[in-house]
Amino acid sequence: MKKILLVVAVVALYILHQDIWFWRSSHLVFGFIPIGLFYQACFSVAASLLMWLLVTYAWPSHLEREVENPEEDAAR
Amino acid sequence: MIPAIVVFLYLAVVLYIGIFAFRRASGREKAEDYFLASRSLGPFVFLFSLFGTNMTAFAILGSSGHAFNNGIVTFGLMASSSGLVIPLTIFLIGTRMWALGKKYGFMTPVQMFRDRWECTHIGTFIFAVQAVLLIPYIIIGIMGGGTTLYAISGGVVPFWFGGAIVAMVVMSYVFFGGMRGTAWVNTFQTTLFLLFGAIALIVIGAGMGGFSSAAEALKSSPLAYLLSRERISPYYFFSYTFIPLSAIAFPHILIFCLTAEKMKHFKKTVIFYPLCILAIWLPCVFLGVMANRVTEVPQIRAKQEARRVLATQGRNMAPEQRDELREKAAGDDVIMLLLQQYAPLWLAGLLGAGIMAAVMASDSQILALSTMFTEDVFAFYGGKARFGEAVQVMTGRIFIVLITLFAYAIALRAPESIFELAIQYGFSGFAALSPLLVAALFWKGSTKWGALAVTVWVAVAVAFVAILQAVVPAPAPGPSTILWAPGGFEVLSRTPGGTAVLGFMPVVPMVLISTLLMIVVSSMTKKPDATTVARYFGGRDR
Repeated sequence: MKKILLVVAVVALYILHQDIWFWRSSHLVFGFIPIGLFYQACFSVAASLLMWLLVTYAWPSHLEREVENPEEDAAR
Repeated sequence: MIPAIVVFLYLAVVLYIGIFAFRRASGREKAEDYFLASRSLGPFVFLFSLFGTNMTAFAILGSSGHAFNNGIVTFGLMASSSGLVIPLTIFLIGTRMWALGKKYGFMTPVQMFRDRWECTHIGTFIFAVQAVLLIPYIIIGIMGGGTTLYAISGGVVPFWFGGAIVAMVVMSYVFFGGMRGTAWVNTFQTTLFLLFGAIALIVIGAGMGGFSSAAEALKSSPLAYLLSRERISPYYFFSYTFIPLSAIAFPHILIFCLTAEKMKHFKKTVIFYPLCILAIWLPCVFLGVMANRVTEVPQIRAKQEARRVLATQGRNMAPEQRDELREKAAGDDVIMLLLQQYAPLWLAGLLGAGIMAAVMASDSQILALSTMFTEDVFAFYGGKARFGEAVQVMTGRIFIVLITLFAYAIALRAPESIFELAIQYGFSGFAALSPLLVAALFWKGSTKWGALAVTVWVAVAVAFVAILQAVVPAPAPGPSTILWAPGGFEVLSRTPGGTAVLGFMPVVPMVLISTLLMIVVSSMTKKPDATTVARYFGGRDR
């Protein structure tokens, strides 16, 4: 279930990259940053948060064990 | 001249770092030590060097130049999509390659392909295609070095001499320091990149009297379209999300993934990658857009005038005239013009060093080509067994000298536009090679014939698009030139910026057809031996 939610989150963020809702707007956030640029900057922060979720909840630790502790991995 | 002196000091520091790495490694002429730093990089050096390896001259010069002419769309096209796709591919593919490298001693992607699919010459063919796609990046790096030193020194350092200096410095620290030297230099350079963005933003912002008035003035001018994406097709924007797939398929990036000491070092790299991209690209794109309000710099006014003439009269001009105007309108030097206008001389020098750091990103590409040649060709065809490992390392070093000299000789003679074009489709080519990695690592049913079909397809598609663009001149800004429209349905067209297939950039059909070919051809051909497959998929949760 956790992995499915993470896949959904990745797909959702990929879709959210296509922000057609701000396509034609040149509104300035804080008086100087165009909203389309501000949105994409926030998107980058969201991508970093998503990577943190992936690393925390979907880390391929079996690969780590296979290489760094092969005996322990074989015993499992 | 002061900025040029600061840049020369920077080059001396870079050279020293490379030689220092050589002294650390001396006495250990092992291929794994020279080409992979003994797989021993710590978390900080791994993050910064991997990131720095992927940041070319385009990150600073090209991004601001693209934003100058196209507006804020540059960030969404090239930066934020990379901030999602690149760390995701490092997380999924990079970690697996690292584990296989540790287990089976792989030093290049082709070694893994040969083992995984039980192939020999198909691996050599993949090496050849990767090498041909990679060489233009090295040439353009040397050209960028020559151009940047020429601009920073105010024309005192000629192009040929600047290119020679950059080529010599890069060649020397790669020659002596191998992967360790390259990783340390990249770490130093990435630190400079990150400082560059913040300092440039503050200094130029202060010089312009704050950005609010400039942004408001731009919004109420005919250039207001630069603050939105109203002139950009959503298909084009979507297409660009396929380009970052190229990153993990670049041999130098994948080889870098093999250098981490522990797999946990990938964690910080994956998490911080999008933030590093944000820190470098956001200031550069923003400044590139804002440069349109700096009317007191004559060179910027000339660029805007060339852009205006191209847009209003381009349709009635000969293709050569349009190309000339495009070159005049190109904004790759706007960030340097802004620095010259607003930064004190010593600071302009420091920031110039940051630009040089970006230009010199060809180091890891040179080292990767040398690693690939010595492992995939020299060692594979018996050289290592016959002459020993020390000769293999020496062969790698000789290869570094030869490839640098070759790239420099071409950089002096050929027009830059040819290599810019090659790079444009090099990205698409490597993106279309990424299904090879996915299939090898995640699909038991993939075969060497599927891999061959993908590689042949990529070579043919890249050559086709490059020839098409060389034969059919780019139209003026506005509607595309339709090349093939059966029954009135537009399939292939030449756009002002490149080529479109069904409205998408060529990278989209290239990646999709690669994937399809891998599935179809693999399904029809003989699988590798079960014991080979078990070595890759024997784990319980794969």
